[in-house]
Amino acid sequence: MLKPEILDPQGQAVQRALPRLGFDGVRDVRQGKRFELEMDGPVDDTVLDRVREMARTFLANTVIEDFDVRVEVTEEESR
Amino acid sequence: MTTRVGVVTFPGSLDERDAQRAVKLAGAEPVALWHGDKSLRQVDAVILPGGFSYGDYLRCGAIARFSPVMETIIEEARAGLPVLGICNGFQMLCESHLLPGALTRNDHLHFICRDQRLRVENADTAWTRDYAEGDEITVPLKNGEGGYVADERTLDELEAEGRVVFRYLGGNPNGSRRDIAGVTNAAGNVVGLMPHPEHAVEALTGPTTDGLAFFTSVTTSVLRKLVA
Repeated sequence: MLKPEILDPQGQAVQRALPRLGFDGVRDVRQGKRFELEMDGPVDDTVLDRVREMARTFLANTVIEDFDVRVEVTEEESR
Repeated sequence: MTTRVGVVTFPGSLDERDAQRAVKLAGAEPVALWHGDKSLRQVDAVILPGGFSYGDYLRCGAIARFSPVMETIIEEARAGLPVLGICNGFQMLCESHLLPGALTRNDHLHFICRDQRLRVENADTAWTRDYAEGDEITVPLKNGEGGYVADERTLDELEAEGRVVFRYLGGNPNGSRRDIAGVTNAAGNVVGLMPHPEHAVEALTGPTTDGLAFFTSVTTSVLRKLVA
């Protein structure tokens, strides 16, 4: 996600379009990115640290963006 | 001795031929460099040209920043090699953290293509020596993600240290903070800007020839260093 202090013209354009489409009551829209990574094997702390490193150095530009990393179990794994 | 200026081609670069031509018109020798090749072929300076390297995927310049040639350029730039980033090249320099800040979507969300007036704010960098501070120049500007942003502290620092090299005149075209069109690093060897001086080097094809001094400046800089 863009940091709160960085202007998000795309989010603003979305917000301006909403009332025109009959969606009222939205005070603010911020647009971000989501990456879904499927890892080989279980996601332990070491793997998670590597993913955070990946996010910090490559997937996000920390000059203007914040990121957070979440672990989700895929359907295949939960069966 | 002729100054050798390398111009890097990335997949998706567009303006490397224009940059090479500008180097030649300025009396220096253009040297083609390749993104996949670590070697800089003993050049005296490097230009990162405009275009859409790697399709602008992820973020503009983000993938180019990790190419083999950039590894060497980042190392050499830190040691003083003159490096100029134009448009997509400026985005690469910010992604590489050789220059502070970042380039974001134009605030009006449109791609812009026009002749743009600029003021030279710092004529003491490797790429602006042949200008005088306060000169006003007109060169083409063409981009969709040219909004220069940085936090307030960084902007204040850039202003205090005279590291804003160019400012937009006649209206801010993209929402850049403090009308900033180009910046330099602390040493003055790395310069990045969104407008395109390489498209303003001869009367036949450009709006002016105001851009030529970038390419003569680097020769002046290289030669001065040799005699110093």
